[in-house]
Amino acid sequence: MFESLGNRFSNAFASLRSRGKLSNSDISNVCQEIRQALLDADVALSVVEDFVGKIEVQAKEALIDLQAGANQAQVVFEIVNKELVELLGSQARRVRLAKVAPTVIMLAGLQGAGKTTLAGKLAKYFADQGDTPILVASDLQRPNAVTQLQVVGQNAGIPVFAPQPGNGVGNPVEVAREGIAFAKSKLHNIVIVDTAGRLGVDEELMQEAKDIRDAISPDEILFVVDAMTGQDAVRTAQAFQDGVGFDGVVLTKLDGDARGGAALSIVTQTGKPIMFASTGEKLADFDLFHPDRMASRILGMGDVATLAEQAKKAFSGEGAAKMEEKFARGDDFTLEDFLEQISAMSKMGSMGKILGMLPGAGAMKKQIENFDESEIVRTKAIVQSMTPTERRDPKVLNGSRRARIAAGSGRQVSEVNSLVERFTQAQKMMKQMRNGKVPAGMPAGMGLPPGAAIPGMSTPNKGNQPPKKKSRSGNPAKRAAEEQG
Amino acid sequence: MGFFKKFLAKVTRTSSVTATDWDELYGELIASDLGASLTDAILASAKKSKSEEPIEAIREALTALLSSKPRTLAISETGLTTILVIGVNGTGKTTSVAKLAANISSAGNRVLLGAADTFRAAAVEQLQTWATRIGLTVITGKPNGEPAAVAFDSATKAIADNYQYLVIDTAGRLQNKADLMAELGKIKRVIEKVTPVNEVLLVVDATTGQNGLSQAKLFSEAVEVTGIVLTKLDGSARGGIALAIEHDLDLPIKWIGTGEAIADLTPFDPEIYITGILDAE
Ligand SMILES: Nc1nc2c(ncn2[C@@H]2O[C@H](COP(=O)(O)OP(=O)(O)O)[C@@H](O)[C@H]2O)c(=O)[nH]1
Ligand SMILES: [Mg+2]
Repeated sequence: MFESLGNRFSNAFASLRSRGKLSNSDISNVCQEIRQALLDADVALSVVEDFVGKIEVQAKEALIDLQAGANQAQVVFEIVNKELVELLGSQARRVRLAKVAPTVIMLAGLQGAGKTTLAGKLAKYFADQGDTPILVASDLQRPNAVTQLQVVGQNAGIPVFAPQPGNGVGNPVEVAREGIAFAKSKLHNIVIVDTAGRLGVDEELMQEAKDIRDAISPDEILFVVDAMTGQDAVRTAQAFQDGVGFDGVVLTKLDGDARGGAALSIVTQTGKPIMFASTGEKLADFDLFHPDRMASRILGMGDVATLAEQAKKAFSGEGAAKMEEKFARGDDFTLEDFLEQISAMSKMGSMGKILGMLPGAGAMKKQIENFDESEIVRTKAIVQSMTPTERRDPKVLNGSRRARIAAGSGRQVSEVNSLVERFTQAQKMMKQMRNGKVPAGMPAGMGLPPGAAIPGMSTPNKGNQPPKKKSRSGNPAKRAAEEQG
Repeated sequence: MGFFKKFLAKVTRTSSVTATDWDELYGELIASDLGASLTDAILASAKKSKSEEPIEAIREALTALLSSKPRTLAISETGLTTILVIGVNGTGKTTSVAKLAANISSAGNRVLLGAADTFRAAAVEQLQTWATRIGLTVITGKPNGEPAAVAFDSATKAIADNYQYLVIDTAGRLQNKADLMAELGKIKRVIEKVTPVNEVLLVVDATTGQNGLSQAKLFSEAVEVTGIVLTKLDGSARGGIALAIEHDLDLPIKWIGTGEAIADLTPFDPEIYITGILDAE
């Protein structure tokens, strides 16, 4: 939707290159591009203006001695990137633990920012490090926020202090105070207090947040903010800063496709560090904040680190382990496995987004745009409309079954046919592999069987490779890696 | 005093608007989340306007962005009107479902609710609590069960018991997750086996920035979105992204949310909304 800064840069500099040495006005033009990119990423206007002003001065200084050439773009880009990373990360730090336990962490933020989900993730993060956290349910406002925290706590294996039912009943200040006392008596070393969402402009509720704060003297108040937030981020962050005050920021919903420029606005406006990133609905979707990744993201540049991690997550864990076992046993690759693979891939986000994360994706723009995203969706719909028996043994798929599947998934029978055919090919390839043949074009080490027949994308040069020397590993993916050395 | 009034007091003729005034105006429009390129376009067209009053020129430019599609709820001819409510996480879907159902039922209609968010912890209970408060029945399924099954059961029940309206809540989902978007398509198709879906309302949070465009685009691709509910307009965000959505995708805003209470839902009024975009403090 928005042109990435990478593209803007190449365009701006391409026209300059033919004209010899850069003039100051050329640099101003490039700065104009940076400004647009930051606005598209939702960075607040005042922040953009300060930032670009600084960049312009630095770039003019840096370019004085440079001749026209390809690396001028690089020089300016590095200045931008360095500044951004510095701004986003200069204050980075971990949670300050209290000298005398428990360490008290209070969450605050707008409605729907993701506080309750985050509370569970944060608790699990500490528990994984050997701490003994407890959650306190002080959101007594939103219907069933207390129940939600209880379920989250149960899933994470973390106790929840919830003496009041909520839904408007109970005093959140009292609950918070009692929660700390309870945590002390039970020797929990970390207390995480969930609070109701509130607007920056709501004086009454801001006073309540202040009362909670004063009752429990938190070691850390974390401001939880949605990465999709727009220009309002500065105003709301300031309102929370003035209202209750906070020590650190958590960015949520970073698994979405928002550029997340609000991060820059908030850090610049309040000087408070971003500490954590929340990247999904599951407890494990949680990470320390990485300023360099965020900088690339805001600029719309490739983010290889995140891509690699998402791929690892999507293709690892239980599913991949099961798949490996199946191969080891010599079981057939079924449509159910196929579906699992496709789900793993769509979990990584849309294919276009995945490809877009690669550096140099700008040059591949055409191919990325032409990639048929909906193909994955269609394929999934078709497989999901099959019965378990059909998924395990597609041979039973006669005409009437295919017609039923087509109707159930809202697709044509011909599409069902073509899917079954592609799958049969993939299955054949798996057999070949098990017999020691490794087809080309296989992404080794991803736990992804070959010919995974990524729908919508043609796999180059399927199958028919000369047999390789006898393998050591029973797992085809590992084997391929071994063979490649 | 809001920008609008200050501006009005200062400049009364389009021809006398100074460069600084235009800059200030630019800042106001950007701050409302209209987006940089749309803001440029609005200012360009305002500058060309024949209107003698500058504020009228800007109003005109903003009004021209509005969709011309109807803003009232589509009503079914078969007797049952089905409304599917969708959106990203935390925008206010469940609350809006409750508010909308209360609004429709207080006009004397029989309304059934469907709790098809089987995913988020306690989402079903959240809707049930609202349903009890407003005295409506809600159809539920198993936690982590198939949301399409709940939607189907709700539709079947609504038909069997001659309900006039069915409002279905769904789990929040980020638009870049292809599998979750496909699930939404399935929910709609399954309902359509028994009754047409008359409205698919996308709930957009007024604090949303430019990502709102991606939301509107990708949700529209997954299911045919028919309108927008713009929530949290009671905060300091002005919700300009919704106007950008109206313009880019020709989707009408139908309702606005202005608070957490059941009555805080109002039919969209373009004039008030546009004044709000310009007149925030
Ligand atoms: N201030 C305000 N809060 C709202 C509005 N609509 C919903 N909320 C709140 O936003 C939060 C998330 O709402 P919910 O309906 O659970 O969102 P969902 O995840 O999209 O279903 C809750 O705390 C609601 O009370 C609104 O118009 N104004
Ligand atoms: Mg909900």
